[in-house]
Amino acid sequence: MNLDDNDIRKLATLARINVDNSIIEDVAHKISDILDMIDQMQALDTSAVEPMANPLDAIQPLRPDQVTEPNQREAFQAIAPATENGLYLVPKVID
Amino acid sequence: MHRLTIARIVEGLGKGDFSSMEITRHYLDRIAKLDPNYTSFITVTAEQAMRQAQAADQRRKQGDAPPLCGVPIAHKDIFCTQGTRTSCGSRMLDNFIPPYSATVVENMAAAGCVSLGKTNMDEFAMGSSNETSFYGAVHNPWDTGRVPGGSSGGSAAAVAAQLCAAATGTDTGGSIRQPASLCGITGLKPTYGRVSRYGMIAFASSLDQAGPMARSAEDAALLLQAMAGHDPRDSTSSEVAVPDYSAGLGQDIDGLRIGLPRQYFQQGLDPAIADIIQRALIELQRLGAVLVDIDLPHSSLSVPAYYVIAPAEASANLSRFDGVRYGHRCETPVDLNDMYCRSRAEGFGDEVKRRILVGAYVLSAGYYDAYYRQAQKIRRLIKNDFLTAFGQVDVIAGPTAPGTAFAMGAKSADPVQMYLEDIYTIATNLAGLPGISIPAGLSNDLPVGLQIIGNYFDEARLLNVAHRFQQTTDWHQQGPATLTEEV
Repeated sequence: MNLDDNDIRKLATLARINVDNSIIEDVAHKISDILDMIDQMQALDTSAVEPMANPLDAIQPLRPDQVTEPNQREAFQAIAPATENGLYLVPKVID
Repeated sequence: MHRLTIARIVEGLGKGDFSSMEITRHYLDRIAKLDPNYTSFITVTAEQAMRQAQAADQRRKQGDAPPLCGVPIAHKDIFCTQGTRTSCGSRMLDNFIPPYSATVVENMAAAGCVSLGKTNMDEFAMGSSNETSFYGAVHNPWDTGRVPGGSSGGSAAAVAAQLCAAATGTDTGGSIRQPASLCGITGLKPTYGRVSRYGMIAFASSLDQAGPMARSAEDAALLLQAMAGHDPRDSTSSEVAVPDYSAGLGQDIDGLRIGLPRQYFQQGLDPAIADIIQRALIELQRLGAVLVDIDLPHSSLSVPAYYVIAPAEASANLSRFDGVRYGHRCETPVDLNDMYCRSRAEGFGDEVKRRILVGAYVLSAGYYDAYYRQAQKIRRLIKNDFLTAFGQVDVIAGPTAPGTAFAMGAKSADPVQMYLEDIYTIATNLAGLPGISIPAGLSNDLPVGLQIIGNYFDEARLLNVAHRFQQTTDWHQQGPATLTEEV
């Protein structure tokens, strides 16, 4: 598997991580190596196998739809990068 | 005092030989004096530890001592601690002071443990050498030019250097067992769901599991007792009843069937390690166990399947770090997208970014079936291999890691080489099974771990087999030469 610079740029956009141009070739090389190792999986015919998401094949437990947690907005916002009037501040999204 | 096991510390505190304040102060002094050599701690909470120790001594005086009252331990910096910075070894969380504590932290506190601080780790638990931490690499106490293993390398090094009586760790692909092996300590990864993941910063949610790292199986039993149990705050937490892990210790293992997977003794295993594991198995045989050759035919696919599933889950889990609600935010973002992309580029280190990108790749449109679904199918085949094996045997044994502690920097340029460090540990995470690593010998003065894998929720049996081995061998009592020479 040989990823090129454009493949990495596309992944970087999907992952919302800036990847500097100066390292993009090295990133492509290392990720290609990882994908080569992963590709060993492809040799196996698994058409009859059911995928497994949870090691105990557990299902999602449900609880009654009741409020169980107290409001801790102040504690949570105390560690936020920027807040105002109980709201989280981010750069302007709409003009 | 720093060489005592938890079992002996509890005894000493009970008899009044020393107080929790004395032993806590002793460990804090050792950390201050020795940890600059190892960097095994990210944060030391000295004042808080002394307050907790004082409270523990008071409780003991009042006759109200919980089982581990006054025992000084450390927590891997992946467990949220209310009011104490929890960094996960990352710049992203360098400023993160959690508003709540992990269930593991609460459970250990309820059992009476004193927390000395937070141990170093590979960033977001991604690594097998503890070289990816934002706070610097951890050095192996047996040879400070070598790695301690990872990702719970700080916890392993701190226990090995006798800077705490025990520590908590987490294991997603071997992150408790491999550093335990490389640092010569006892480390247990419980069954998936045995210990709550609430407040444990998520790497790969279907694989992550917390467990104890200690000086002996007897101590691991005491710690697991405190950690384990159902937690309604973790939807994957198991409701299976928690047995008394200490009660079963010392039972004879006459007739115990130990499976030896052929695939774990093939190429890639250092012959010196194979020899040490062989001798450990002969010791278990002498104690009455029966050795049975078994097959785990899909073993060779565990590393490839893991490096699809773990990065896929990581890319989803780590999407929460966006610079909005907590964690690192870049300076003067021009717009929202710039804020996401730069905050994440600055906050995450290379290995974390690499895994997020791999995760984005295997989950992207057109590749999902070929990668993610294929890996999940292989995951079932790996689990089925184990179920078949447990039809014939009671436990499975083999090496924990393919080699001893390697030189710092030796594998950091080649991610795939590093990933193969976990070749013997990853399958148990994929299957959700418990596994323990115990010291089994020394190769060139470096520790070698024996791994024992059990059936689901069979931790008591694993601990007993490990304990029986430790009753007739002293590998677990050996420490780095620099420490044993110390007065």
